This record gives sequence, C-alpha cells and structure tokens, in this order.
Amino acid sequence: MTQPKASAPGPRVALFITCLTDQFFPRVGVAVTKILEHFGCEVFFPREQTCCGQPMFNNGFPVEAGELARRWVEIFKPYEYVVTPSGSCCSMVREHYPQLLDGSDVPGRTYEFVEFLEKVLKVDVSGISLPQSRKVAYHYTCHLRGLGIEPRPPRILREMGNVQMMELERADQCCGFGGTFAVKYPVVSGAIVEDKTDCIARSGAETLVCNDAGCTMNIAGMCRRRGMETRVVHLAELMAEGMGIDLDKW
Amino acid sequence: MGLIHLPQFDFEQAAAKGAADKRLRAAVTNNTFRKQQGREIRWREMPDIQAARRLASEIKQHTLEHLDYYLDQLKAAVERNGGKVYFASDGEEARKIIFDIIAKTNSKRIIKSKSMASEEIELTAHLEKAGLDVVETDLGEFIVQVSHDRPSHLVAPIIHKDRGSIATVFSQYFGTPYNDDPPTLTRQARAFLRDRFRRADLGMTGGNFLIAETGQVCVVENEGNARQSLTTPRVLVSLVGIEKLVPRMADLAVMIKMLARSSTGQSMTVYTSIFGGPRKAGEKDGPEEFHLVLLDNGRTEILADPEYREILRCIRCGACLNVCPIFRNIGGHAYGSVYPGPIGALLSPLLGGLENYSDLPQASTLCGACYHACPVKIDIPRHLVSLRRDIIQGRLDGRWERMFYRLWARGMKSPFLYRTIGAIQRWDLRRRAEGKGWISRLPGFAAGWTRIRDLPAPASRSFHQIWKERKTK
Repeated sequence: MTQPKASAPGPRVALFITCLTDQFFPRVGVAVTKILEHFGCEVFFPREQTCCGQPMFNNGFPVEAGELARRWVEIFKPYEYVVTPSGSCCSMVREHYPQLLDGSDVPGRTYEFVEFLEKVLKVDVSGISLPQSRKVAYHYTCHLRGLGIEPRPPRILREMGNVQMMELERADQCCGFGGTFAVKYPVVSGAIVEDKTDCIARSGAETLVCNDAGCTMNIAGMCRRRGMETRVVHLAELMAEGMGIDLDKW
Repeated sequence: MGLIHLPQFDFEQAAAKGAADKRLRAAVTNNTFRKQQGREIRWREMPDIQAARRLASEIKQHTLEHLDYYLDQLKAAVERNGGKVYFASDGEEARKIIFDIIAKTNSKRIIKSKSMASEEIELTAHLEKAGLDVVETDLGEFIVQVSHDRPSHLVAPIIHKDRGSIATVFSQYFGTPYNDDPPTLTRQARAFLRDRFRRADLGMTGGNFLIAETGQVCVVENEGNARQSLTTPRVLVSLVGIEKLVPRMADLAVMIKMLARSSTGQSMTVYTSIFGGPRKAGEKDGPEEFHLVLLDNGRTEILADPEYREILRCIRCGACLNVCPIFRNIGGHAYGSVYPGPIGALLSPLLGGLENYSDLPQASTLCGACYHACPVKIDIPRHLVSLRRDIIQGRLDGRWERMFYRLWARGMKSPFLYRTIGAIQRWDLRRRAEGKGWISRLPGFAAGWTRIRDLPAPASRSFHQIWKERKTK
C-alpha cells in the first residue's frame, strides 16, 4: 500500500475507482489520475479497495453492506480526500455509510470527481479546449441529486472551449439503470432507457457526458442496440482530450 | 390488512402492458412532466421552500407521534359542532357504517366527490352493487365510473386516457354522437352533474386534512363539485384516513401552502372548503347531518413501526408520481393498487401485505427523484430499500439472491478474490464480444440485460493492473 507522504505538495487524494470503472472503463481512472495531478494533487491508489457494498445495500442486505463499509473506511482513512469517478458509489459512501457505521469522518471527505474539481480545487478550466467544436449533451446521473448537485451541466463542461452544449429534454430523469434492477426488470428498465435515448437523439448531440459507469453502460448499450452513433464519455475523458492528455500510457 | 389486492395481479405482465403502450407512455410522461415543472416554479416562488418542507414534515410527524391525543381532540370538537364521529378499523367496517347512515337517513341519491380513502375501500362499486344511485362528481372520477375503469394517478385519475377515449365513453353513456371537443365533453358532463347535485340526498367527500382543534375537514379541489357535495344534500358523510390530521388551523395554513403547489403547480386550488358539523341557525347552506368516518385500514400498523411511521405524513399530492421514471413509463395501473407510483410502492405493501406487492419495492431504480419532490420529505428510496430488506429477511422472495449477494459480499472482502473474479469475468465477456467491443447475448440471469440493450465489452486490463504498471516504472 502506498502511504501518503507528509511532505506532499498538494492535497493527498486517494482514488476510489469503483468496480464497474475498474473493469469496464479503466481509461476513466487514468484520466482522473492525470487531471488531479495536473491540478496539483498527489494521487494514491489503495490496492486493497474492492466494492463499496452498494449492490448489497440496495438489495436489502444491510449487514453484508455494513461489513464492506467498515472495510472501505479503514482502507481510505489515511488520506486527506477520497475522489471517485462514479456519482452512485460516492452517494453510497456519503449518504448511506453514516447509517451503517458509528461515526467515521471519511464519508464526509469523499467527493465525486467533478464535484471535487469545482468545490474543493476550484479549478480554472478556461485553457481547456477540444480540438474541434463538438455538440455535447450532459446526462445528470441520479445520485448527484443525493449529493446536493444541481441538475444542470457542470461549470467545467460549460466553460470548456469548443463545447457546444445541446439541451437534453427531461435531463433530470433517470436512465433506467438502477443496478440489478436493469437485469431483474428488463422491460421496465428498457422502456426508461428507450425514452432516454429518444431524448438524446432529439438533442442532436454527438457526445453524451455521463459521470457514472452504470448509466454509461446502460445508455451506451441502448444507443448501440438502436444503431445510434452517440459516444458516451466521462467528463474526465473529455477533459483529457481537451488537455492533450494521453490515456494510453502513464 | 385492508387494502384491496387485485386478484391474480402480475406486476411484470402489467408493467409490460404499460411499457408496450407508446401512446400511454407519451401521455403520462408529458402530463407528469408539466406537473413537475409547475411544482418547481411554485417551489421557487416560496421564500425558503426547504424550510417550508421541513416545517410541513415536522407538523405531520408531530401529529403522528401523538395521534391518539389529536384524534380524541378531533372527536370532541366534531361532536361539539353537532357532528358524529365513527372509527372504522377496516374497509368492511367503514362501508357498513356508511350503509347504515344511508339507510337511517333514507337517502336515495348519492353524490360523491373525489376521495382516495373511498377508492381504497372500493366504496362506489359497493354502493352500485347494492343498487344505490351513486355518482362520482369529479370529472375524472366520473369518467372512471362510467367507463368501469380504475384511477391511475392520485390526483389526475384519468391521466392514462386521451380525449378520443373519453369521447367514445361519453357517446356510449349519453347516447349522443361522437364529439371529442373538450369543452363540449365538459359541458355534457356538467349538465348531467348539475341535475344530480340538485336532487341529491346525501353527499360524500374525502378530506385532505382534518383540523383537531376545530373539528373540521378541509377539502381542496378545482371543479366545485366537492363544494356542491357538502352544501346541497341534507346529509353529509366524510370518509377520511386517520393520518390526515393536523393539530391547529395555523398548521393547516402551512399544509395548504404545500399541497396545491406540489400537486398541480397552483399556489392555491380554486376551491378550499373547510367544514364540519350540520348547518347552524342562520347559515344559508350546509347539511342537516354531518358524519365523519375515520378510516384505519392498516394505518395503525404503519404507525406502530417507528421506521415506516413517516410514510403516513403523505398528503397525496402526487409529486412523487409526477417525477418517477417508472410511473411515466408503465402508467399507474401497472401497480395493481389504488396507490400507484413511488408512494404506492410503499403504501401498497404496507397496507395490503408485502407478500401481495413484493415486486413494487424492487421495481425501482432508487433514483431519488421522489424524495426530492416530496413536500413532507418522506425518504421514499430509503423505505424501498428497507422493504427489500424485509422481503429478504421474511424469506418472501429470492432464495438464489440471498445466496448470490452473500457470496458476492464475501468475495468482495478479499482483494485477491475481487481481482481474480474480475479477471475471469472480463475474459468471459470479452470472449462473448467476439472482438466487436459489444456483447449482444448473455445467458441466464444476465439475459435481462441483453434482451434490451448491448453490453460494452470490459477492458482488456483493469485499472488495478494499469496502476501496477505505473508503479513498476
């Protein structure tokens, strides 16, 4: 385990990668790491990390979720901040851990990536610009609601150069993922994601920004099934592109 | 358990039926989205909506914590006003009380205004079955009644119908030529209902609130039909759930501020009637007799549970239905209960038995839109999760799931197992993607995913592996 150094220049941040991003979208993790470092953070990756327990918690297994919560808090305790690219895992830690644990201050130091850039680092993104103008829509992932984040595109996205923001109808409506719900109630989940992709098609966006791996799998998978060309990316990936960061090597 | 459960109701079938009906989904989505926008506009107009939500929820919570006290106070006050109070433990008892009142007062013609409590005990159907002349006077409920349908929304009962289907129903019912012009349809219903108002012996209402200190009922509406029901007939019966209490008139002011704003996006409804007791000397209208039937029907069981008690704060505004992605895409009938939507997914199992409604708490994405729309801050997603826990602990469902999640949780305690299982899964899924980057078919439980959409293939290397390379450099 990499221990944070006392003499670190910027905030000592532990990256909480989350299961789905780890397995499906590791480039997002590379982007998050490099962007945080760009803005002066020292980034650590505690390798003992696994799952935060959200699937167990949501499906009615509070005891099992509590065991994973206690484990998680121990792993991330040594760091100043915990940053994660996934809104839903962040909300699991910040919103629901307090009812599973007796008092830990780690959930309070845990942030969703964009939230961390805007609220804690208060970064200036005026120099970041995509190589060419692109029509971009923003999917407001549901768990940002629980984190107290407004349902509109984040400042970073709005201020990035060459980003033409396209309006998404009913942007605050869930995409129908809901974890195991998507598999257990495919018809209901399917109707919701069909509606979501209809709205995306009508928005005229070429790229959809979505900061949650679960929603991304659902929306991108439905776009692909319906033959839509829309690319679904994490804001960290789009930022990396605008910053000229290479995600294929360290 | 009192809530009437539809026989042979199958959630998945009903939901599939709703999801397959694109016209229904578009109608419900557009209508509820307009209501959501209306609520958001009215909420922004309030100087501090979050403080108002807190206050409203505290008023209701306080009342629930002391419900026995306030029910006594209410009863005494109603009796002081000259009215009669009845406590009905379930639907059957409530119906019996109401039938007795009808018989004793020799009432022949009954007019009803909209009431969810009455829907809950299927009162209209029972009155009709007994051969009584009863008519629903709320336009939406009237349409439900004459088309032998069921309401699909707490506030907008015919949200699932378009004007064409209403025109067809009216043409058949009134024996007039088909005409789908909304003002014409409304005038037709109005002419019919005016006559019923004039000739009714007994009027029935529900109640949005009960005021303990004054012994009064408050009913809000936009059509004036409830006002007619409580002023014209000689007998007035109000059927109200026991959880509708607030202590004082001052508390009612807070609740009224929240209800119309959250429900229909109005700052106030067109009519707000506050009444109780028979007509007093010198009063121009009002009934000769007033009967207040207080309905329990499973509510005291919810009240007894400190965890679920706050669900009784619900003021039936429908704001949670209006923002719900599930409700928008399957419609209210798919819930198989008079209480649809997110609040219905709590009330139906709690009032009607978890075993009868075990799908409802599970068929949710837990997106949380309902909680953030609720004027009395009922943490709906949290309670849905608790009901899922109850399903697991009561072993009502999911033997395989119990095993699956417990094994999964155990595996996740070991970084080695996490990484190994991850590697095997990635290998397996990438094999199924056949180099296309997407998986179109999965077996077993996971088939639910690929039945609807493709699955992106996982990365060849996990972030854990990629990070390791960085460290070795």
